[in-house]
Amino acid sequence: MKAVVTVIGKDQKGIIAKVSNILYENDVNILDISQTIMQDMFTMIMLVDFESETVTLKQVVDKLEEAEKEIGLSIHVQREEIFTSMHRI
Amino acid sequence: MINPFEVIETIKMIDEENLDIRTITMGISLKSCAGPDVDTVCEKIYDKITTYAKDLVKTGEDIEEQFGIPIINKRISVTPIATLVDALENPTVEKCVKIAKTLDRAAKTTGVNFIGGYTALVHKDYTNGERILIESIPEALASTELVCSSVNVGSTRAGINMNAVKQMGQVVKKAAELTADTQGFACAKLVVFCNAVEDNPFMAGAFLGEGEGECVINVGVSGPGVVKCALKKVKGEDFGVVAETIKKTAFKITRMGQLVAQEASKRLGVPFGIVDLSLAPTPAVGDSVAYILEEMGLEKCGTHGTTAALALLNDAVKKGGIMASGYVGGLSGAFIPVSEDAGMIAAAKDGVLTIEKLEAMTCVCSVGLDMIVIPGDTSAETISAIIADEAAIGMVNTKTTAVRVIPAPGKSEGDVVEFGGLLGTGPVMPVKGYSSAEFINRGGRIPAPLQSLKN
Repeated sequence: MKAVVTVIGKDQKGIIAKVSNILYENDVNILDISQTIMQDMFTMIMLVDFESETVTLKQVVDKLEEAEKEIGLSIHVQREEIFTSMHRI
Repeated sequence: MINPFEVIETIKMIDEENLDIRTITMGISLKSCAGPDVDTVCEKIYDKITTYAKDLVKTGEDIEEQFGIPIINKRISVTPIATLVDALENPTVEKCVKIAKTLDRAAKTTGVNFIGGYTALVHKDYTNGERILIESIPEALASTELVCSSVNVGSTRAGINMNAVKQMGQVVKKAAELTADTQGFACAKLVVFCNAVEDNPFMAGAFLGEGEGECVINVGVSGPGVVKCALKKVKGEDFGVVAETIKKTAFKITRMGQLVAQEASKRLGVPFGIVDLSLAPTPAVGDSVAYILEEMGLEKCGTHGTTAALALLNDAVKKGGIMASGYVGGLSGAFIPVSEDAGMIAAAKDGVLTIEKLEAMTCVCSVGLDMIVIPGDTSAETISAIIADEAAIGMVNTKTTAVRVIPAPGKSEGDVVEFGGLLGTGPVMPVKGYSSAEFINRGGRIPAPLQSLKN
């Protein structure tokens, strides 16, 4: 299952390291990554693949929520289809 | 790779502009539960609902979590209960209420927010069961929490059953009196329709129609906030641009509904029915249909120009949404429930939005006079006359119209009634003081209108 991880907030050191480390620890493979400053906000978007049969999406979301509080950024994890269905015919 | 701007746009719609899936409604046919003995019927109803819908709430929550899109309500609609009442041996009001309580219990077991279908379709005439069911509505709604009821009193092909219209005025009045301690809350769960649709996922008017299958998933989307924000970006542009902007936004909102509907249908192993393209407001600031109309350039919803603005909005929502879903149905249009819409509450309090203006608005929008609080001393005949006016609009214009008014006991013009939650806050709106009693007491049927010579 593919999902999109979005990190939005004030730029600071170690954002990518923090998020990608959590993904690595939970056996989630990063397929693509893009980073940009949009309306003065740091925005990172990752396309990831959930390969593991032992780790659920919920567990990864919970872990990322902890990081969200720690570094003060907003992190979303959503299945890829929500974006493709909304913006592609 | 996914376009970052698109990702951010979607997230913004959900986080800041209140985009959500308003409801996943599972339609369950109860035809197989019919029988002469009420206890057996109740047992069958309870077993069928709790079996078919046992995973509904969990599935909704799973989808919500994985896709990151809020799904506000999970609901159930069933076959019009009057059909089952007709099959009972010696049907009585008590037996009907027993069935209502069973529906309530089943709804609670499955964890859904509402169950709809305590319904009778009497647009031409009554059967015995239908008459008794309608008689039982006040008590059924007062003694249950989650049961919603609807009665269809007219249609373009049959005309208006004025006997039913007369009775419904009394039913609304009695339902309010029986729930006086909650300002007539039972009336918020009761809709009187003309041209009711069979696949509506929205409450209080949802039921599973005669032509529907065994079990079906219908989804209702929402998103007035998203439309309003999109229109903010085209301030001052002409109506071509306004319509185009609404269409594009409605397309995106509906795609979300289609995705959720398909996913829910797949996971539950139940056929996908329709996506209802409605713009359904909530009392949350920023989730209001009135604000969309005001964004178009009206100082206050209800002023002159409101009907035209609503006509454009309603049409553009349909045009944009229709291509986004395989099957569109239900009520599909903009809802204008006064107590559930922050902008309408404000406009009604200021006296700009009146019942007369709302009546005109119902000619061009999705449903009808919805969630309107009227003085507690309004007579049953006046309520019937309000119903008759609204049914006439639906009948002549070949559209669905509805009345959901709450004659709040002890309240009068200037008072405000708090319902809480999604049902919001209703300022009491004045009705005419002159009598319609003689008109309503005539009874009989208003003949179906001409379908040609349309001018």
